[in-house]
Amino acid sequence: MSGARSQSGRPSTTVLYAILIALAAPAFADSNLPPSVWADRQLPDARQEAQATALMHEIRCLVCQGQSVADSDAELAGDMRALIRQRIAAGEKPSDVRAWLVERYGDWVSFDPPVKPLTWPLWAAPIIILLAGGLLAARKLRRRK
Amino acid sequence: MKGRLLLAVPLLLLAAFAGVALWRLSSPPDTVIRSRLEGQTLPQFSLPAALPDRPTVTSAEFADGQPKLLNVFASWCVPCIAEAPVLLELKRRGVRIEAIAIRDRPEDIAAFLDRHGDPFLGIGSDLDSKVQMTLGSSGVPESFVVDGRGTIRYQHVGPIMPQDMATVLAEMEKAK
Repeated sequence: MSGARSQSGRPSTTVLYAILIALAAPAFADSNLPPSVWADRQLPDARQEAQATALMHEIRCLVCQGQSVADSDAELAGDMRALIRQRIAAGEKPSDVRAWLVERYGDWVSFDPPVKPLTWPLWAAPIIILLAGGLLAARKLRRRK
Repeated sequence: MKGRLLLAVPLLLLAAFAGVALWRLSSPPDTVIRSRLEGQTLPQFSLPAALPDRPTVTSAEFADGQPKLLNVFASWCVPCIAEAPVLLELKRRGVRIEAIAIRDRPEDIAAFLDRHGDPFLGIGSDLDSKVQMTLGSSGVPESFVVDGRGTIRYQHVGPIMPQDMATVLAEMEKAK
């Protein structure tokens, strides 16, 4: 029925719904305030900016959890970039800023996991895999001779 | 025979991989990020008042011997609307609720409170989410039960719904 009506030139309910959905605001709400001043502005000191940017790539966004705060467009990620820039501009070391965030959100928030009992398989895996591969290759090569 | 078994190894590995992938796809890991500050002293903060005619909230107010609920909310936050009647009910049952408004404007906060009720004692304005991060909070709404000595005893992530009320009231009781 609705298909036939749309052919006659009047918008079908399907088209109407499609337009309404396209116009609807996304459920992922954002505030009405502009981004923080230092969210997307570089620090005047190039060395500090480089430190801050490096850290931003290693801090995980709390909203878009697979992204770093450097890559995320979430408002909170912008606020985290601003926090990182301001703390580094105030003279804090990147490791201190990272520690401040880890203290609040856990190791999870850092893309550079610390070496501790829980994470040693993570760090040992590449070495073990390389050794196993080398052993296999050595055996294969010896057999061929 | 041994050679046959070895031939099956890749297939078994594939099956194991597919099994793990299916299991993780059907029950994805928990994406809730809890604050690590549960059990620790509330970090120091002071905020400007969110509304000109209302008191603000500072960390110093929490060590006055009375347990309080610190609610992190925003007028632009949709789940906060669902939480509003539950907060009013908590207030009716004697819970003292302080609030921090995240990235918000006074006129929007006033309109929100007019429309959905106002259970708050003081409301601080956190324009750049800095205090939110200081608390280890990762979104709105979230609530912290803080005891009379200023220690964070419990964090509730997400809106407090009617079914969560018993837990929150029990945590408030424990914080006395």
